Amino acid sequence: MGALVYFSSVSDNTHRFVQRLGLPDLGIPVHRIPLRPADGFLTVDEPYVLMAPTYGGGNEGGAVPRQVRRFLGDVDNRSLIRGVIAAGNTNFGAAYCIAGDIISAKCQVPYLYAFELLGTAEDAERVRDGLGRFWQRQSLISA
Amino acid sequence: MSNYLEIGEKNTMAPTGKLKLIDRVTAINWNRLQDEKDLEVWDRLVGNFWLPEKVPVSNDIQSWHTLNEAERLMTTRVFTGLTLLDTIQGTVGAVSLIPDALTPHEEAVYTNIAFMESVHAKSYSSIFSTLISTKEIDEAFAWSESNPQLQRKAEIVLDYYRGDDPLKRKVASTMLESFLFYSGFYAPMYWSSRAKLTNTADLIRLIIRDEAVHGYYIGYKYQKGLQQVTTAEQEELKAYTFELLFELYENEVEYTDALYGELGLSEDVKAFLRYNANKALMNLGYEALFPKEDTAVNPAILAALSPNADENHDFFSGSGSSYVIGKAVATQDDDWDF
Repeated sequence: MGALVYFSSVSDNTHRFVQRLGLPDLGIPVHRIPLRPADGFLTVDEPYVLMAPTYGGGNEGGAVPRQVRRFLGDVDNRSLIRGVIAAGNTNFGAAYCIAGDIISAKCQVPYLYAFELLGTAEDAERVRDGLGRFWQRQSLISA
Repeated sequence: MSNYLEIGEKNTMAPTGKLKLIDRVTAINWNRLQDEKDLEVWDRLVGNFWLPEKVPVSNDIQSWHTLNEAERLMTTRVFTGLTLLDTIQGTVGAVSLIPDALTPHEEAVYTNIAFMESVHAKSYSSIFSTLISTKEIDEAFAWSESNPQLQRKAEIVLDYYRGDDPLKRKVASTMLESFLFYSGFYAPMYWSSRAKLTNTADLIRLIIRDEAVHGYYIGYKYQKGLQQVTTAEQEELKAYTFELLFELYENEVEYTDALYGELGLSEDVKAFLRYNANKALMNLGYEALFPKEDTAVNPAILAALSPNADENHDFFSGSGSSYVIGKAVATQDDDWDF
């Protein structure tokens, strides 16, 4: 079973979504990318799905939070990513959840899911079930 | 003594009835941040800055004349309503948040928000003057001044802006930014989905983008403030938020019927309202209220708002045989190491 790695800013929006998923109950470990460089660097040693908010603009610069870019800049971390989930706001038009597109294209991994802001109850259910099935399939493929 | 209010301290009206501003001013030092969100949002707002003169609304003149009389009337009234809300937010709303600010950087962000709301209000005027005769504009403004739902909406929000509770003020402000505009925003998205008034829609999309950042930021500051009050007060504020939402929603439903009823669009607009009401609540840190089946926005409207929203980013509900790899996107970030 793989893990979930996520980033959430001080607004904690993504953090709260992750908490509602109850992933540890499914045996899916959860790791949070530190808020600031001074808080240390996260290194993972198991396959994971990455979840990140999109920083909105309309121009794509800075759409992927800097801390996420730093995390993926580490070759070992990057080699273990298996998929991406992005959060955003449709108000940003074409830039809606574009962090997912960018990470997916950069790392050549599937873009699994997009949700808005804190996510709805349906989003949480979809992601929880989906991640469980995703890792089951992955273990079949690699077995 | 700090120039800024301590959390929980109330900013009250001066006896003159004027909002009391801070007593002293300290020079703002952007190198000493108490809340990193302030700089992040400031940078985002500055990066998103725009002016209506850049959008060629005059290219919509021909399209405007393809609308029938009822459609033109609805559209004109929508824009007068939006003008009123942006005027409130620019000259009263965002300004009323300044005395409650906990840091000088937060004050600066509110001044930016206030200015952009004035840019928005001016944008509607530029749409008016481009597409509509002076007589029609005057009639539409007269309508908006006598429409009870629009006046009620303005009254409810203004009451909270004049009130003495900084957190309630932020709730009202977030409701305005993230919910109350959308009965109006529906119309340009509707026209855009029918390939009409597309330049006007482009301009409105810039406003919609700004409101997202405003609602996010004010909602975030509300949540920060909420952490500093007692559990009982938190419960009271939550109850207040939902009560206010219901009060505003009922009024929005009537307003929607008045604007769109004749064109048979009311139910479509109401789904859009509920979808945005949920987002306003989320900006305030609360879970969505309206269930999924009540917030199913017409896919054409959603696509007009965000062309990406209808793309298949739901691998989990699919068969699992295929998935989407994101399109390569040119980023301007130079700190990707690969």
